[in-house]
Amino acid sequence: MPHIAIIGNGIAGITAARFIRKLSASLPEHQISVISSESEFFFSRTALMYVYMGHMRWKDIQPYETGFWEKNRINLIYNTVQEIDFKEKRLKFNQDPPLSYDKLILATGSKSNTFDLPGRHLAGVTGLYSKQDLERIESLSPKIKKAVITGGGLIGIELAEMFHSRNIPVTMLVRETDYWSSVLPPEEAKMISGHIREHHIDLKLETQLKSITDDGQGSVAGIITDRNEEIACEFVGLTIGVRPNIDFLRSGPLECDKGILVNEYLETNIPDVYAIGDCAQIRTPNSGRKNIEAVWYTGRIMGETVAHTLCRRKTMYNPGIWYNSAKFFDIEYQVYGLVPAQIKSPLNSFYWEDPNGKKSVRLIYDDESRIIKGFNLMGIRFRHEVCERWIQLETKLDEVIANIRLAFFDPEFFKDIAPELIQQYNREQGKNIALRSTNSLNAVLQFFKQSKSNT
Amino acid sequence: MKSIQNNLTPPIYSSRLYYFMFAGFMGLLILLLSTLHVITPGALWLVISLGLISAGVIRFSWELYSTRPEGIKNNGVWFEAISSRKYAAWILAIVLTSFYCLLYWWPEYLGFSEKGNHGLIALFDPLSYLLKNQAASQWFVYGVLYTLAILLFGIKFIWKYRHNRYQLVRTVSVVFFQLAFAFLLPEFMLRMNLPYNDFKNMWPLNYYFFDGWHLQELMNHGRIGWFMLLFGVMMIILISPVLTYFYGKRWYCSWVCGCGGLAETAGDSFRHLSDKSLRAWKIERFLIYTVLLFAIIMTAGILYTYKTGQSSLLGLSTASMRSVYGFVIGSMFSGVIGVGFYPLMGTRVWCRFGCPMAAILGIQQRLFSRFRITTNGGQCISCGNCSTYCEMGIDVRAYAQRGQNIVRASCVGCGICAAVCPRGVLKLENGSVDLHERTNLIRNERIG
Repeated sequence: MPHIAIIGNGIAGITAARFIRKLSASLPEHQISVISSESEFFFSRTALMYVYMGHMRWKDIQPYETGFWEKNRINLIYNTVQEIDFKEKRLKFNQDPPLSYDKLILATGSKSNTFDLPGRHLAGVTGLYSKQDLERIESLSPKIKKAVITGGGLIGIELAEMFHSRNIPVTMLVRETDYWSSVLPPEEAKMISGHIREHHIDLKLETQLKSITDDGQGSVAGIITDRNEEIACEFVGLTIGVRPNIDFLRSGPLECDKGILVNEYLETNIPDVYAIGDCAQIRTPNSGRKNIEAVWYTGRIMGETVAHTLCRRKTMYNPGIWYNSAKFFDIEYQVYGLVPAQIKSPLNSFYWEDPNGKKSVRLIYDDESRIIKGFNLMGIRFRHEVCERWIQLETKLDEVIANIRLAFFDPEFFKDIAPELIQQYNREQGKNIALRSTNSLNAVLQFFKQSKSNT
Repeated sequence: MKSIQNNLTPPIYSSRLYYFMFAGFMGLLILLLSTLHVITPGALWLVISLGLISAGVIRFSWELYSTRPEGIKNNGVWFEAISSRKYAAWILAIVLTSFYCLLYWWPEYLGFSEKGNHGLIALFDPLSYLLKNQAASQWFVYGVLYTLAILLFGIKFIWKYRHNRYQLVRTVSVVFFQLAFAFLLPEFMLRMNLPYNDFKNMWPLNYYFFDGWHLQELMNHGRIGWFMLLFGVMMIILISPVLTYFYGKRWYCSWVCGCGGLAETAGDSFRHLSDKSLRAWKIERFLIYTVLLFAIIMTAGILYTYKTGQSSLLGLSTASMRSVYGFVIGSMFSGVIGVGFYPLMGTRVWCRFGCPMAAILGIQQRLFSRFRITTNGGQCISCGNCSTYCEMGIDVRAYAQRGQNIVRASCVGCGICAAVCPRGVLKLENGSVDLHERTNLIRNERIG
């Protein structure tokens, strides 16, 4: 009965545990332990904001009922691992007796960057990553008259939306020329910048936080920007990225760089020890991919992969075609495939924006072969599987445009943007393409069937 | 896009909201005062009362939503006393439950009298005379208030979800069917000396349809009565299965039905209170099919009695079966609990645990409908908004996070799960092919 210990109960660790249980049904029973110091039960980290905003309660962001773990014989341990004895294969805790393992999966997640900002240790300065961060923000909230958030990424805008929901004025400092313009192409970044301001957020672009000032009692009094502007505030949100949460592993024999170094099988340099999720750094990532990708979806795929390796056959980590999504206040965002912030040769893009300025479609393609490479969507939902299939099959842009309705995933009766889109495409590119498909489910399933037989 | 740099404070809900709320409550107060005989009923009081209520709700909704960009408006749902089972919710539940008890069992306290109404019922006499030239009954008062609630909160709902055309169309439909089919048409028919008939209200939700007196009444009205009878039967055996085949039970439960209509509009603020646990699902399946069975046996009994004149079937008195059904299911379950418990158990308690019509349509939906909710590949982040805001207590997330399509007997297709999803994962769809293959398929697994 091998004992598999998993440190971390986030999406990566929990997916691993679930799949190990599922795949080991026919094998000698594996014993599974999941250790977390953050929370008793698995919760959706991406939903923390909704608890603060009153959309959901804490228990609503826990995807499984508490009986699920016992039923699936997944042993949850709410404790902090102090040290790992890789030689003896033991996990050491502060008080409780050590836990022996046969295989170890490290899924310790991330922590917020603070860099060496003066004043980062003051009360009232925090990131938003963990359950404890949320609890801290909640307890600070009654006293916050003004919040400053620094960092123009996904967490920064979440924090802004959270405070906005409680009528707390927010100033957002963003280093770039527009919100998230290091990732979003210019038009989309501009759209979101405008949308942030529409919500009365004081968005200061090309501005950075220089220092945080002390009120004399160890709490935040305000901040100073790199333009030497002083802003009084009771809260500073540091949302300038995350880094792997591996400090307690650094002194040992485990090979680490920014994260825990793993090969394409998610194996670390120590036998029987694996690392997955935000804390893992892939030694040689697939082309076009980063070595650390701290997103929900890759964590889940890694969890599934390592479970296959442990229970069936050694399986290589293959994240597939990139995808991601987010929601910026009221504008949803989806991305499939390759969408660089600056679209340069050999890539090119076709961009359509709705007159209301809150919806857009961008198709990225190879300028020479005219093969579709990526989709960037604002305020419009596209079908994951259809976009993925088009990219996989190296479909030509004309073909994608003609069948664009196959990808539509907005609710029934929504405005059909296809005519406007194709009209603009024909005009700009001097083409005469006609729309071919509908967006009915039957047409989509037909497309899957056909494209499957083509491959 | 214009920037609003000059106003950096988020709009705090204005104090005018309280004025409008106050106006609405004043309208309700007039109803209470007339029930208590403090004011003398008259057309003017009725107009003032309903006018204040209408103006209050409409202006309140306008104020609440017009100041902010369109989008999902669930901020503070679990903080507000009314929507998180705190004191306000309990007060409302007690008021609603008491009202239903009076309505069903002690209408005389509302002022109903065969010899001439007084109190609340008398207040509605002028409107009743206007519509059908008869004095009001407690059912007329109830019908007016019920329809008004759907209409006013339907307007609120439309304003709240103005970015979502599915919600707009669906809400217009459900308001229309209540106003035209459940309220105006039957009243006009009474005026024209025709039998009271709500064409969209079919057996077994309409449990008196096969009562002897009802069948007799229809037949006494000649052709039009026979048409109503035939139409009612066709609804059961042909029209509803066909529509459910094409669109799922939503065509009825969230587009047409009056119970659904109230739940979707006036009940919108309570939809998240439904119980999502597996235990609740088990109770649901046991209860709803038990009620269905009861409805079938009871109906078979009264038809047997109607046909043969025998007063008992298999040793059970058909009349007492019918009266137990009317009391326990018709009044207590669908009315008192069904609406009275909105602020505590969510809006679809009756639809989910009791409605035999929903049970039948649910079986059809589960077995042969083209309707399903599809999930968008791997985009789900397990946040739980879909499950939380599912009024039927379906754990939508459990399916979405595995990439499974959702085909559940209880789903009424309101589309709110898809609306609140922050990642564009859910879509209500109708398709003819491989329903079950796609339903069982788990598409969120990468490794085959």
